[in-house]
Formats: sequence, C-alpha cells, structure tokens
Amino acid sequence: MPSRPLIRAGFLTLALAWLALLAIGPAHAADDAAARTLLAQLREADFSGKTALIEQLAALDHPRIATALKALADSRLYYQEAGNRVVIGSGDGADIAIEDAVSGAALGQISKRDLDRITTNNRLRTLIENRLASLGLASADPEQRKAAVEAFLKNPDPTESERLRARLSVETDSEIKELLAMSLALADLASPDAAVRVQGATTLGGQLRSELRGPLTKMAAEDNDSTAREAARIALARTQFRLQLLGWAETLFFGLSLGSVLILAAIGLAVTFGVMGVINMAHGELMMLGAYTTWLTQQYLPVNWSLPVAVPLAFLVAALVGIAIERSVIRFLYGRPLETLLATFGVSLILQQAVRSIFSPLNRSVASPDWMSGVIALGPLEVTLNRLIIIGFCIAVFALLWLALQRTRLGLEVRAVAQNRAMARAMGVRSARVDALTFGLGSGIAGVAGVALSQLTNVGPNLGQSYIVDSFMVVVFGGVGNLWGTMVAGLSLGIANKLLEPWSGAVLAKIVVLVFLILFIQKRPRGLFPQRGRAAEI
Amino acid sequence: MTKTMPKFLPWLLGSALTLGVSLAHAADTIKVGVLHSLSGTMAISETTLKDTVLMLIDAQNKKGGLLGKKLEAVVVDPASNWPLFAEKARELLQKDKVAAVFGCWTSVSRKSVLPVFEELNGILFYPVQYEGEESSKNVFYTGAAPNQQAIPAVDYLMNDLEVKRWVLAGTDYVYPRTTNKILEAYLKAKGVKAEDIMINYTPFGHSDWQSIVAEIKKFGAAGKKTAVVSTINGDANVPFYKELGNQGVSAQDIPVVAFSVGEEELSGIDTKPLVGHLAAWNYFMSIKDKSNDAFIKDWHAFIKNDKRVTNDPMEAHYIGFNMWVKAVEKAKTTDPDKVIDAMIGIEAPNLTGGVAKMLPNHHLTKPVYIGEIQADGQFDVVWQTKGLVEGDAWSDYLPGSKDIIADWTDPKIKCGNYNTVTKTCSSQNYK
Repeated sequence: MPSRPLIRAGFLTLALAWLALLAIGPAHAADDAAARTLLAQLREADFSGKTALIEQLAALDHPRIATALKALADSRLYYQEAGNRVVIGSGDGADIAIEDAVSGAALGQISKRDLDRITTNNRLRTLIENRLASLGLASADPEQRKAAVEAFLKNPDPTESERLRARLSVETDSEIKELLAMSLALADLASPDAAVRVQGATTLGGQLRSELRGPLTKMAAEDNDSTAREAARIALARTQFRLQLLGWAETLFFGLSLGSVLILAAIGLAVTFGVMGVINMAHGELMMLGAYTTWLTQQYLPVNWSLPVAVPLAFLVAALVGIAIERSVIRFLYGRPLETLLATFGVSLILQQAVRSIFSPLNRSVASPDWMSGVIALGPLEVTLNRLIIIGFCIAVFALLWLALQRTRLGLEVRAVAQNRAMARAMGVRSARVDALTFGLGSGIAGVAGVALSQLTNVGPNLGQSYIVDSFMVVVFGGVGNLWGTMVAGLSLGIANKLLEPWSGAVLAKIVVLVFLILFIQKRPRGLFPQRGRAAEI
Repeated sequence: MTKTMPKFLPWLLGSALTLGVSLAHAADTIKVGVLHSLSGTMAISETTLKDTVLMLIDAQNKKGGLLGKKLEAVVVDPASNWPLFAEKARELLQKDKVAAVFGCWTSVSRKSVLPVFEELNGILFYPVQYEGEESSKNVFYTGAAPNQQAIPAVDYLMNDLEVKRWVLAGTDYVYPRTTNKILEAYLKAKGVKAEDIMINYTPFGHSDWQSIVAEIKKFGAAGKKTAVVSTINGDANVPFYKELGNQGVSAQDIPVVAFSVGEEELSGIDTKPLVGHLAAWNYFMSIKDKSNDAFIKDWHAFIKNDKRVTNDPMEAHYIGFNMWVKAVEKAKTTDPDKVIDAMIGIEAPNLTGGVAKMLPNHHLTKPVYIGEIQADGQFDVVWQTKGLVEGDAWSDYLPGSKDIIADWTDPKIKCGNYNTVTKTCSSQNYK
C-alpha cells in the first residue's frame, strides 16, 4: 500500500498534468481526462463492465486509445498503485519498462510485483480486435486496412456494415475491394430479409476461405426460408470439388512433412547402422543433445538468430559425444551386435540421467523464431511455415550428406571400409580413424535433427526415446546401407501414416503401418533397396 | 491420470538410485513415506511433489513435530515403473513401517499399489486429479474427481462461451477414455447432438498434430462456436498447442480447455501462442490469497529458486498433509484404523482462501477455477464456482456407476462401491 502523501502526490501530478494539457487545448484535454477515467474504471470492472468501457473508449476520438486497447488485448495494460495511473508495460522478466497509457510518457523500469495487471478474456480480446479493426479501416496503410477487413471476415459484425460500404466506395486497392465485398456479403447473411440473404450467399459461392464456410453451412441447415437454404447449399456445392482437391493436397503436404521429420531422425542412423552396422540405441539421445544445444544457444543469442548458429554447434556437440562413445565403448564391440545394443542402451540411459541432473527433469522452452511461425499461401493451399522450412532443411541435410559420402575422400574411405574392411585396410585406409569419423558424422547429423525437432516437440530428457523406434523403422524399411532407401522409406511411411490418419484415427494408423512393416520385412528382409554383392554378406 | 510408460529402462536405474533414509531412532520418530518417481518419464512431474512433502514435513518438525515426536521422511524412487510402485509401497509399509504414504501420480501407479495398501492396511494420499470410479478404504483422494474439474469446465464453455460443438481430444489411456465417456454422456444429457461431438484419441507423446488440427479446424467451420476439451497428456500438449498456433487457430476462434496443463507444464513451453487458452483446476499460483502468498514464499525458500512455480497437485499434498496431521492429533495415535476413521470430516484450509473437508467417500470439497493462459506462463482466473464442490467418486452420468456411492462412515454401508438399487456392496472390486 502506498502511503497517503504518495497518493496525494499522485493526485497532484495528475492535476498538474491535466492543467498543463488544458493549456494546450481544451478539446484534447477533455479527451485525455475522459480516457483516464475510463481506463481507471477498467481495473475494478467485471468482464461485462469492461465490455461497456471498451465500447466507450473506442468511441473516444483519442490518438492513444488504439495503443491502450491493443495493450489490454495483449495483457500488457497495468494499474500502478504507486502513481494511481494506468500504464502500458513492455518487455519480459521481473522488471519491465512502463509508459503512461494516455500520454505515452516513459516512466522507467519497474518490478512487475508493483503492478496490477488489468485482466482480460477471449471475448474482450475479440471485441477489441473488432474495434481496432474499425479504427484501422480508414488507415492510409493498405496492410492495416487489409488486416482490418480480415478481422471483420473472422467476426462479422452487422453494425459495421455501413462503415464497410462507405469504405468500399472509396477503396482503390483491388484485393481489399474484393475482401470488402466478401465481408459485406457475409454481413448480408444475417439480414432479416430473405432476398438479401440469397444475394449474399450467391456472392459468396465458390470462395474457399474457411471463415465463409461456417455461416453458409449454418444457413444451409437452419434458415427458415427454403430458397435461402437452397442458395446456401448451391454456394457450398460450388466449392465442394475444389475443397476436396485442396484436402488431398493438404494431406500430401502433411505426409511430406512427417516424412521429412522421419528422414531427419533416421538419416544419422542410416550412417551408423546402415554403413557401419552398429546398432546405436543412444541415437535418440544424440538428437536430444542437439535440441538442448539449441536451447543453450537461445540463452545467449536473440531467438531469430539462434537457429542458424545452433545447427553447426549441435553438429559439433553431438559429433564429439558420438566420437567419444565410439572410442570408449563401441570400438571394442565391433562385430558383436547384441553387446553393442546393450552397451549403447546403457549409454542412452546415462545421457538421459545426466541431462536430468544437469538441466533438471523439466522440459526446456525453445522459442520459435518469427520467420518460422505462421502460414504461407501456396496458391489456395495454406501451409505452415515451420513445416515447410523443415522439409527444405531435410533436403539440404540429405544433399550435404550425400555429397560428403560421394565426393569427399572421407566418404570414399567410409564406403570402402563399409564394403570390405580387410581390403580397405590392405589398401592403406586407417579403418579405426574412419570408424570414429563415420560415427561422429552420423551422430552429428542426429544433433542437427535435434535442432529441427526442438521446433516441433518438447525439449526434455525423453525427447530421444520417442524417436528411436521410428528411426530404426525407417532405416530397416528402406534397406540397411542405402541412403536413398532411407529417403524413400521416410517419405512413404510419412505419407501412408497421414493418408490413414483421418480414416482410422492416429492410434490405429500407427498400428496399421507397423503391421504392414512386419509383413513387408517377412517378404523382403533386406528392405526396399537391399544392398547387393559381397558387401551384403558381411 | 496416467503418463507415458517407459519400457523396462528406469527399473535398472531406479533400483540403483533408491534413497533409503536411515532406519535409526525408529522409536523417536513417526515415519512418513514419499512414493514419487525421481527418475524416468514421470520424474518431470513427481520430483516437485517429493520436494513439497519434504517441505511440509520440515515445517511440521519446526512446529514441534507430531504427538511429541519428530517426523521422518522415507523417500523411495519407484522410477516411473508401475510394478516397482507396488514393490516400493510394500517396502515402505512392511520394512519401514511408515504411518502414511504420500505418493503416486498416474492412475496406473495408483491401481498398482492399491492391493498392497489394502492388504497391509496402509494409508495413501493421492494428490492428482483423476478419472474417479474408485474409493478405497485406504486411499484419500486429495485431487479432483471429474465433477470437480471436467464437468464445471464444460458448464463454463456451454453457458459463458456459448459453445455448441465439442471436440473431446485425449491421449489413448484410461483417464481420458473414462473422462470423455462421462463428458459425452453429460453433453448428450444437455441436448448436444451426436454429430456435434467429435472424439479423437492419439498415442502417447504424439508429436505430429497437423492432420488432427486441420480436422478440428474443419469441424469448427460449421457455423457454430466450437471448443476443444483436452485430456491430452502433459508432454504431447506442446506440439499440439504449437500446431494450433502455426495453423492460425487462436483461442478466440477455438478455445482449448485442458485438464492436464498447469503452471509446471507451461514453464517448459513458449506460451506466447497459447494466450487465451483455458485450463480448469482447483488452484492456480496466480490466485491472490495470504495463505497462497505464504506457501509460495516458503516454497521458494525451501527449493532455493524463486523462479519455480507451484501447481494444483502441490496444493493437494498441502491439504492432505495438514489433514493427516490433524487426524493423528485427533486420534492421538498413528494406528491406521483409528486415523482413517478420524480423517472423515476433518477440515483443513486450502490455498485459495477456503476450507477443504474430507468427505465420507474419501474425496474433498474443492472450489473450481477456470483460468486463461497468459504470456508469462501463469493463469488469470476468468470464472469460478460459487461455492465448494463435493468430490463424487462415482460419476452420475455413466450408466454403470450412477447408482453407486461410496460411504466409509455409515455403518450400514461402510464400503467404496455400494449399489443403492441392489443394496449390495461389490466388495473392493475395481475396474
């Protein structure tokens, strides 16, 4: 609680500020005072009271209202008891920078504990978005106008129709014009006049936007006028075929993206298991190390820059750990797959518990950079950016690995040792060194996969466990020792899974894929692309 | 609730890491068992609860102990391995002779120790919200029953947000399946049509939510307000919420109300895309109350880290522990039968300014809060029940259990599953 003199001082400051503003111009000052009173009332009001206050605030013609309402929607609007004023906070952490909500004057840094947040809920957020949209409709910036109309499309509000119509008559941007016509037609659907509703439905027919489908479906099912129902049905039918095509394209993309994740997880294993014949149960934990490296990078670098730095770092960390595992454990066990399996399993447990002891058993929060969030439109198909980037990343990793194995001296030696160890040694290849480097390469790629996974799933000690089975599945299905096989296997398993999922549910889809794999391995024990020749016998 | 089941791996470690605390001074102390996983998959949630019990015991000892004796914690590590839970429970009861045990998180671990507690007549305090349909003489359920979490949350969505279409999404195991069965029956009783309910189950640790989120989006585009009621297991939530954010589904379009996502789970997530999604609990760290402020302060001091959060199961242990202390003081002994009898009707303050009472069915009275996720990983309460809700062991909305009640005081009943129609007790026979 602030002491009485403090409160008095606060009032005094307020009064002075008010007087000062009076001197500038009476109209503006009156607005300032009104805005202050309304904002101050927000603190005590319940949610329905807040609704009324927001409406009144939005009706004020005050330059700062948009900022203040935006802050309220983002839960950044606070009441500061010490100054008896409403402030806008910015920044993360225990101390945040605050500014006066009405004047915008910076008020320095303050501890969050000394501020009371003005709470909001989803309904208020929607309301604020709509009011901000109607403020943004007259903006000079076409992007803002577009965002404003988009907001109306999401939450149609018949009371705003007039404003939209007025805008349509002066709008010059053709895209915004189209959107405006669409939102007007959408508002028409709620009209009491059946003819207007029919007109609206006809205008909306053939449009693929998902916001439009809801109201049309509702109208087709519930409208009490039969011609209106029919019009809505026709409007929906016009999009049916294109929607179905779009659905298939979407499923294909989902499959590709799941496939690329599987490939990323499996490709390092394809090197260690496929080329070297080592069953590495710690493969998943190497991915986990990659993901933790990403988290550590984010502690020191801004989120937007951290990923490009994390990729080489994760490769290095995982590769070094991999080489250490190879030198200390695996090299004594070559040619004894069962013992390798047990030993690496032990290593995986040690790594997990080590991470648990060092970083705590709680998951770590890895943020997504801005350039990886949101959707991007490929024609009418909207795909999520992070998935698209991961598909690209997977292709890049695959291509680099392919080049490394085909075009470098190390790659040549790796292949030579894999095909015939004795002969390679006879030709002067230091097989022990090659083994260590190959294992390091495979592990490093697992680390890189971990960076990608950190963007999709939990970063915690159990991250590796959830991917190890899938990785082995892909490598075995593709054919041991064949990178292309891993690629084809990963993609086909991904797509098969996603084709099955809507039809059978996620649990059954996984089972069906596994059963198929079991049957397939019975028929072709060496996978899709078996190695031929003498190498296959070793 | 139940979380992912690791295969056989934590067993090796668990047995090695078990922390047996010394057996000395058996006569001068009252022993309290702590049965929470400290390694394996469940360590993420259960380690915190172990620390909570240690803190409570520490505080009680500073107040002079109990019945003139000091309390002594016996911590064991069942390593997220369900059969090991039963072994460790037996060890606590037979070898260490503990007066009470605080432990378990997953439903399957509770089911695994249940026969041991009934055979050896021990006392277990179970602190996590669960699917109900159980009431054992030897277990006190200090977490929420479905009618103290799921049903009020659905009421809120139905009445305040005017939700008309429902997605019941869950991980594929007993807690979500039972809860969704109850919710489906409840929704249908409220007049929701079958085509307006979509039920979806996913495997443990599911990480590829693309098609399911696309399906939810499609389901939500039917012109009626849609909400997701999520019983998705803790770990699978992160990719689920991330996918929602990425596909542009905001809490304003399709709100998600979760029953397994609390402050602790959120501390491992970038919460910015989650703002506005909901959770239903009986306690939130953000609730302003003197007892809560004091609890948080004690917790930070005990754990020596003021960034750690508190959550609902911690409050459940706080209530359970204080109730046990009061019951022992009332019975003036730690003899299980006398303490179990003394427990019924005991009242202890909760951390949100109210009082929890132990009911004859071994469940508690609790307030129910709905909170919206904020960017800082905390919840803002947007709704709460008018008063306290009595925990109902057997759901009124399932055909098999609506006639069944649990009452451990009424001399005519004295059992955990009494059928009011046939007037019989089907003994301690749980599904």
